Formats: sequence, structure tokens, C-alpha cells
Amino acid sequence: MSARRRPPKNKSSQKNSASNSVLPSFPKCYKKNSKPHKFCPGCGHPIVLKMLGQAIDELKIQNKSVFLIDIGCSLLAWDFYNIDTTQTHHGRTIPVALGFKRANPEAVVIAYLGDGGAYSIGMQHLVHATLRNENITTIVVNNMNYGMTGGQMAPTTITEQPPTTTAPFGRKEKYLGTPLKGPEMLEKIGVPGQYIARMSVDVPPQLKLTLKKALQHQMDKKGFSFVEALSYCPNNWKTNAAETIATLQKAKQEFPTYEKEL
Amino acid sequence: MPQKENRQFLQGNVVAAHAALAAGATHFYGYPITPSSEILETWVNLVGDPAKPNKSPVTKEPLQYLQCEDEMTSGFAMIGSCLAGKKAFTTTAGPGNILMQDAFSAAEALRIPTVALIMQRGGLSTSTVIYSQEEVTLTCLGGNGEGFRVVYSPHNIQELYDYTIKAFNTAWKYRYPTFVLGDGYQGKMHGEVNLHTMDPKSYVKPKPILLSNKGKNKKSVNLRNCYDQEEEIYEIIEKYRKDFARDSKKIAESESLFLDDAESVIISHGIVSTAAKEAVGRLRKHGQKIGFWRPITLRPIDLPGLLKAVKGKKEIIYIESALGQLSRLINDELMSSNDNRVRNVRIKTMFKPALGISPRDITDFISKNVS
Ligand SMILES: Cc1ncc(C[n+]2csc(CCOP(=O)(O)OP(=O)(O)O)c2C)c(N)n1
Ligand code: SF4
Repeated sequence: MSARRRPPKNKSSQKNSASNSVLPSFPKCYKKNSKPHKFCPGCGHPIVLKMLGQAIDELKIQNKSVFLIDIGCSLLAWDFYNIDTTQTHHGRTIPVALGFKRANPEAVVIAYLGDGGAYSIGMQHLVHATLRNENITTIVVNNMNYGMTGGQMAPTTITEQPPTTTAPFGRKEKYLGTPLKGPEMLEKIGVPGQYIARMSVDVPPQLKLTLKKALQHQMDKKGFSFVEALSYCPNNWKTNAAETIATLQKAKQEFPTYEKEL
Repeated sequence: MPQKENRQFLQGNVVAAHAALAAGATHFYGYPITPSSEILETWVNLVGDPAKPNKSPVTKEPLQYLQCEDEMTSGFAMIGSCLAGKKAFTTTAGPGNILMQDAFSAAEALRIPTVALIMQRGGLSTSTVIYSQEEVTLTCLGGNGEGFRVVYSPHNIQELYDYTIKAFNTAWKYRYPTFVLGDGYQGKMHGEVNLHTMDPKSYVKPKPILLSNKGKNKKSVNLRNCYDQEEEIYEIIEKYRKDFARDSKKIAESESLFLDDAESVIISHGIVSTAAKEAVGRLRKHGQKIGFWRPITLRPIDLPGLLKAVKGKKEIIYIESALGQLSRLINDELMSSNDNRVRNVRIKTMFKPALGISPRDITDFISKNVS
């Protein structure tokens, strides 16, 4: 795992990497002096961010992108890229993004947030941004818990998952509600033409492809695009590497790969 | 200041929306709430058909609006448009003002030049929608911040127009979230107003905060409002404190009447001042040595102006449609003075929370309570 996130040792390894391969290229849009990054070892966020960085490089949009991040573990990415960035408040990233886009339609506007930010405290923003077909790209990192605050139950916490601090006996749906499926929900309310996807961090090339499609969708002025990245949180899942991977595999049954242009 | 004259008889909220237009605002975000909704509705009419929107008379850019799903969206979308370099604004009141503090405290932390037109409701909670000064504390000091904000408190419809225009220029010149604090009475009342054009000399052009530098070797702007070191945020607050103290000297405004020979001075703000000025005029006719002072900016307070009004007087009389929200702000400033001629001044209060206050109420109070 850790080798994946290391920058290339020399130029030749960079050269050898074809544009579609994952290893070992270090995205050009990275802010190098902020590396190593601030996420926990084995976290999924850096994989999403690396794939997003590669997508931004390939689309050559570093200088016209704004990267807007939530409060949650996404806040750790405030200086991740050499791209104009700001943090907002927990759940309010989508409003900032649509306000920016409406004022600067040429910008590529990315809202990057956790599942708590998108599906709980900021759910109304996600729903209405979808209904209004705001021309922004929303990326939700679904790690099935509230990572930043120490692993509480999230709307996405599933019954089979390791216990969370606020559902220590597991998520008993009768008492604690049913897990939320973001893309499937948006499909029900979405507007024709919208790009909605779910991919997981254990398949980075595919994840990059969905992120690239979502950004291209915005650049083509086709309206709202949305990617949920099913992600690891070994710190709060309290899992070792093998268990982390196994947990994600199990979670994929609840949160399967999804891609639709509505 | 007035440029091209344009006299009309209009409702306060309609006037406020026209002021935003004259100031060069282009983006509006809002959620309906009485008594501010006509600002939203008037702006929507000024924009016209969103498919072919009218243009700003100042910037010639198309006007925009969004009726949002809630006040958090209004506040944060306004922040987004400001980050992109557009004069964006919103309006709200009461419980909406509470929700919008979420965005205002973010704007305070990031020094975003948002403009909000607050039409106060009576407290507590949802309460009333007419005459009130019960959102002073919330507007000046709301959120988990230190009140690095500018708050104008106009006292009639003409001032509502003039200070709304000014709010946009102050916000973008000094980069503080800026407020115009009216109330239900001012918002709903009709009156004569001169919707003059803005003085071009006072115009402050907005600039993008993000994506401002499109050069090849650009360094990115990476902003944050979350810190892990206490010392880091302390340094930022210290910097803001110094900036605010410096800028206050240029921003703070007040108005005074008959201070020279006055023994007692009435202090009020906003709509109450209209009645207070009338009352002071009547009392003067009866030979009473009474003066008047009002802060036009509630944040920051014009301290030199205040000290001049208070120093050596026998008493000050606070008159408010609230339980002392203004007097707390002013007393705080007075405490900073160690001049006994300021500290020994007696304080009287006429507080009528969420009630209308007439000149008669004031003259009656003064006759009974001031020798
Ligand atoms: C208004 C508000 N409520 C609560 C919090 C505390 N808080 C910070 S991050 C967070 C949850 C983060 O979870 P998620 O959005 O899923 O992101 P993750 O950290 O898992 O990536 C919460 C509840 C806050 N910062 N602001
Ligand atoms: S708490 Fe979880 S999501 Fe947050 S950085 Fe650590 S592993 Fe990643």
C-alpha cells in the first residue's frame, strides 16, 4: 500500500508510465512541498486524490480548476494540489461550488467531501444541486463512517461493517435506520444526461476513468456529475491491511460499482 | 454623493434591492422570510427572464439569482460567487439570520466580502416581523468568531439605499463580511427616496480571490479555516484584530445633534433614531439641554465620536427596541476609556423589546426621568 503513494524515485520511472497506468506517476498538479500527505497510513482518500490528480493532468485543467473541500478528513487536502483550493464548513461544499460556478462558468469546479458531509448534514444541497442540474462535479468519499470525528456511525454505515463508536452493537437497522445508497438515490431524482457513478479505491484505473468522465461532463457543460468513491478507513475500522481489503470487498456487495448517464 | 437623481415613492425592501443594483451587485442568493422577502422578489424582477437576463448597469454583466433550498445554501453560495470575484449578496431575518451565521462565520474566517441585508424580526425565536432591534448581537457578534464584520444601521429609507450601496464598496475594499441592518418596519414601510446612481469615485471593483492568477507559472491559492495548532490560529486572529482596529478608523461612522451644550445625550440606532431625533427637536423647543448621538456603524463603533458625545455629560439615555443589545456594545467601548469624565456619566435606559417607539414615548420618558 505505502509504495503506491510514494513519488517516483527518478525520471525514467515517470517516463515509463503510460498515461493510463497507475504506478508510479506522481501527478504534475501535486503540491510537492505538502507531501507526504496528512492522511492515516492505508487511508483511501489519497488514492482518490491521486486518481483525481492524474485526471486533472490528463485533461490539462490544473490552471482552471478550483478544488473545494469539506470539513471531514477531506480537510486534510487543503494544500494537496497546486490548484486553487478552499475549505468550507461541514456539509456546505456543494453550495460554495455552485456559487463559484455561477460566477465563473469557465472554471472547472470540484466539490470533494465525505459521506457524512454529502449524505447527512449537506443532503439537502446534494438533492437540490442534482434537481437544478448545477454544472459542477461532486466527489464523495464513502468510508462508511465519520472518519475525522473518530469513527461514528454515518448514513452509509452497513450492518456487516465493523462496529462504529455510536453503533457499538452494529447497525441494527430496526433501531438505527437503513444505509443510504447515494448514486441509486440520485438516479431517482436526477435529470436526463447527468453522469452518476460509484467506483471503489481498490480499482484505481477505473476510478480515474470515472473521475475523468465526470470532469469532462462538466467541461462539456452537460450539468451535474457525481462520483462516489467507496473507500478505506483502516484507522476507524481498526483493521489491518488484509482486513481492510476484505471489509471493502464485503462493502462492495452493498455498494456495487455503478455508472450511468441518466 | 447623489449623482443622477431619480425620486420615487417605494417600499424599503424594494429600495434595498435597487441599491444593490446601483452598487454593481450581480449575484443574489436567498430564501424567503418575512420581513425581507420583497428584496428577493424585487431582485428576481430586476433580473427578468433568466434565459435572457438583464445586465448590471454598472458592470454590464448579466444579473443572476437563485432561490436556494435554505439559508446555509444562500450564505455559502454567496461565498462561492465572492471567491470567484463577483459582488454577491443575500437577505434574511430572524431564524434565517441564525442559520446564515454558519456562512457568516466562514466569511469572517476567510475575509470574504459578503453583503447581507438583515431585516430584523422581534425575538425570541420566531416571534414577530414588524418593528424590532433584536438581531443586533447576532448580526454583530454571531457565529464562533470575534466580530470582524461591518454592520451599518440606517435610520430611514434614504439611508437604507445609500448605506446598502456603501456596504458593497466597504466589503470589497476592506474584505470583511458586511451587513445592512434594517427591520420589518423599514423593510415594509413606503417612503420617498432618491434612487440616485452611485458616485463612480466610490466604486470598488471586485477581484477574484480564487483563480485570480491565470499565468503559466502560477502559484496556487490554498485557503483554510481549520487549524491544528493553537498558535497558528492565534496569529491569524491577532492579525485580523490589528487590521480591524486600523480599518475601523476609516469605516466607523456616527451622527450627532446638539452636543455642544447638552447635559443629557440620547443614544439610539436605526429606526428608533428617527423617533429620537424628532423627540430631541421637540424637547429642545422646550429649552431642555438634550443632545443626540447614534452609531451608523454598529461594528465598528466610532469610538472618537462616541467619547466626544459622552465626555463631561451628566447622563446618557439608551433607547432601544431591545433589552440592551446596543447599550452592551456601547458600554463595552466606554469601559475602554479611563477618563473619569466618561466613566462617571450616569446611564439611563428605555428598553422596549420588540415594540415600536414613537417620539411621544421618548418625550414622555425624558420628562419623567430626566431633570
Ligand atoms: C456543523 C458541524 N457539525 C459537526 C462537525 C463535526 N464534524 C467534523 S467532520 C465530521 C464528520 C466527517 O465525516 P464524513 O463527512 O463522512 O468525512 P470523513 O471524515 O469520513 O472523510 C463531523 C461530524 C462540524 N465540523 N461541523
Ligand atoms: S480517519 Fe479514516 S478517512 Fe480519515 S484519514 Fe484516517 S483512515 Fe483516512
